Amino acid sequence: MAVFDRSTRIFLLATALFALAVSLGSLPQGDLGVSRYAVTIFGKYLCFALLALSIDLVWGYMGVLSLGHGAFFALGAYAFGMYLMRQIGSQGVYVSELPDFMVFIGWESFPWYWRGTGNFLYALFLVFFAPGLLAFVFGWTAFRSRVSGVYFSIITQALTYALMLAFFLNNLGFGGNNGFTDFKSILGFDIHSEGMSLALFLLSALALMGCYLLCRWINVTRLGLALRAIRDNENRARFAGYRVERVKLFVFTLSAMMAGLAGALYVPQAGIINPNSFAPLFSIEMVICVALGGRGRLYGAVVGAFIVNYLRTLLTSFFPDAWLFVFGALFVVVTIFLPGGLAGLAEDVSRALWKRRESEISG
Amino acid sequence: MPPAVKSPSSPETDRVFLPGARLLAVALSTGLMILCLLFGTAALWAYELPEDVSESLKSSKINDRQKAVDYLKEDYSEEAGRILEALRDGDLFLDRASGAFYIKEESAYLSLTDFQPVDAAGLELKTVGVNNRQRRDLVSILNSRSLKHPDARVRMAASRSLISEAAVDVALVRELKASESERRVVLNYEKILSAAALRNPETPPLERIAALNFLGQNLTPEAEELVRAEVKSDDPEVRAAASRALSLMEAKSSHLRLLETLFFGLSLGSVLVLIGLGLAITFGVMGVINMAHGEMVMLGAYSVWFLQRQLPGSPGLALLLAVPFSFLLAGAVGALIERGVIRHLYKRPLETLLATFGISLILQQTVRTYIASNNRPVVVPSFLSGQLQLTEHFSVTYSRLWIIVFCLAVFFLVYFVTRKTRMGLEVRAVTQNRDIARALGVNSSKVDCRTFILGSGVAGMAGVALSQLTNVGPNLGQQYIVDSFMVVVFGGVGNLWGTLIGGLILGMANMFLESVSGAMMAKILIFFGIILFIQRHPSGLFPQKGRAGAL
Repeated sequence: MAVFDRSTRIFLLATALFALAVSLGSLPQGDLGVSRYAVTIFGKYLCFALLALSIDLVWGYMGVLSLGHGAFFALGAYAFGMYLMRQIGSQGVYVSELPDFMVFIGWESFPWYWRGTGNFLYALFLVFFAPGLLAFVFGWTAFRSRVSGVYFSIITQALTYALMLAFFLNNLGFGGNNGFTDFKSILGFDIHSEGMSLALFLLSALALMGCYLLCRWINVTRLGLALRAIRDNENRARFAGYRVERVKLFVFTLSAMMAGLAGALYVPQAGIINPNSFAPLFSIEMVICVALGGRGRLYGAVVGAFIVNYLRTLLTSFFPDAWLFVFGALFVVVTIFLPGGLAGLAEDVSRALWKRRESEISG
Repeated sequence: MPPAVKSPSSPETDRVFLPGARLLAVALSTGLMILCLLFGTAALWAYELPEDVSESLKSSKINDRQKAVDYLKEDYSEEAGRILEALRDGDLFLDRASGAFYIKEESAYLSLTDFQPVDAAGLELKTVGVNNRQRRDLVSILNSRSLKHPDARVRMAASRSLISEAAVDVALVRELKASESERRVVLNYEKILSAAALRNPETPPLERIAALNFLGQNLTPEAEELVRAEVKSDDPEVRAAASRALSLMEAKSSHLRLLETLFFGLSLGSVLVLIGLGLAITFGVMGVINMAHGEMVMLGAYSVWFLQRQLPGSPGLALLLAVPFSFLLAGAVGALIERGVIRHLYKRPLETLLATFGISLILQQTVRTYIASNNRPVVVPSFLSGQLQLTEHFSVTYSRLWIIVFCLAVFFLVYFVTRKTRMGLEVRAVTQNRDIARALGVNSSKVDCRTFILGSGVAGMAGVALSQLTNVGPNLGQQYIVDSFMVVVFGGVGNLWGTLIGGLILGMANMFLESVSGAMMAKILIFFGIILFIQRHPSGLFPQKGRAGAL
């Protein structure tokens, strides 16, 4: 199997065309009707798609359902948010080097874990390191004691729930209820400028394509084979001599880092990060994106994320009451009638068409 | 491990333990409910004065009143007390036309028979007067009235409130103490006298030390400030006695705090057991993750609101009716979910999880759209409010006490069903080995449906209990879903005893941590603790043995 198989080529081409269309449309001279607001929304969709991709890597290819990937996303977001808060400098309400919420709770200096977060490169390192470390420690203990199946799902949910409660605390030093907001600039450039939102959008698209290729590459190597062996029969893979725990731990940590990157790209575009991103509901929403698109097919996760989030934007603004009904029904319908998701459906249909054509040719 | 838990599957323990406990629980609950109903009607009894007493009150000669005062002095009912007070304040009136008495309170006139306000227009009212000597008598009678009450509990409460009283008639207290038979009331009198001795600046140091020693040995939080003041005394021996007494007092009150935390933990644990129990049935027995479990709890809580709205006069009755009602409602919804969705997803546990989560969203939004998006008011009936004074310094609220009783009752009900009925036998057979059970003629699909109904119904009953503790709103279920999963996983899946013990342990641990670190932090620590625990012991506190344990 080559990295650039047909679906990968189509996916890359489609994403690149989409990015190109949006950026051309948003150019001020062209005036093709893509507003700055729309660019930011598409950018956020791309971040969600990246998060869904990272869930698909562990669920679709390794059979490990994490209901806590939102925690990794939020950790990455908070890590980059720390940098953005430092960028505000003394432009805050209290005109202090410290973020407003720290002044508000009476702190006089940054706590140790804020040290160095003003440095862009260090913040970038944290974006990968914080979720990666959490995933490594959590995965190491969980996989070693062979917690799997629904148990793993439940404790990942408990993990993100506990983190949500913790980030709600004011004296944890992450802004409590309100989280981080009112960002001003990145690397000195104004965060509200049109160029910046387009740049962030393009970066998100690039990150999605890059991570897609990474996942694709993992799948064509022996590691990918081991992954699918674990998914289909973990014990058999173990008895065949594979270090199942190591494989799972490596992929889980990598996936958490991807989620962290998605979070980091999300913060400046959304303009806010608060503990609600740790809510179990957010994580499970992302899982249903993967299920709808079709798990075990990387492009399925991306398609699912776009459809679900587009539906949400549409319904919450026009029929706010209907959103949860539609969303809830989506869960039920997809799990019962579309076990392979939309991608699976498309594959079934095209296979059926092929068969008919073949039988026509031979008959 | 307590002995009763040692072998949940051995038939001996079941037979010996179960029927007794069940009967006890049923008898206790019915008995207490009858009591509550009785107390509700007691107020309807009318109060009546004997003929000669009312004659003496009607008499135009003031000296004839003595007879009524002497009679009422011996009557310790609340009504007699109110008549005496009215007599003292000149608020007792006679209607010359009918010969009936009225008490003036604020600006209303109350009838003497039922103490309800009446329309005073058209009455020929005349004050029932007393002379100065009688008024002085009345004052002293009323002052020591509750201290002479025949009910020792009233004397206890009255004497206790006197400890912190600054102006105490020492001579009267000495006199009452001599005639008092109840030991604990005598103790209170001694506390009053010691406190009075400390308050009096004239008291010599030796008596002060004696008083301090006495107060230190007998826990009196009311006198703590007095003892603390003596630590700054000029006399070194008084100072030493005071600090000794203070440290004794602190040690004792910390024991009480421990007891209180224990009780709070027990009641929180009961809540956790209640909400975990339904999940333990569906998750443990069927291996099905029902994320809509929290919404079943929510439906149960809403059924209390619904019934209380249908029966506006009697919130207590509505609450009692809500117990079976919530079971039926949540059970019916559970049956729909099982037949409509879960049945198609057996052997795909992760998909079941997602589908039931979708159902939970739909149920939440249904409540939000068709009932209301904000919280609904639920009345706490009178038999659940108030406190039970267990010892002098330790009282428990009825609501928390009832939660514990309710939790145990529901637990043993479920235990009985799974252990002693044909249905329970089939459920356990399917749990242990679905294929063999089917080969032996058990209709496993039917069993699944019944189990799910039972689990959902129990969750609904948990909602009835929760409606008395927290706000009843669309998010009620979501708040508890993660907790209930933690209880079940911590206790050991497929093990009802594990759920009970696990839930109680978590409740206690939470309360003990809370007293050290604050509520939110306690919850976070518990979560991380459970996560670590599950990773060390993936099958919980009490793992299932044999093949059924292998998931």
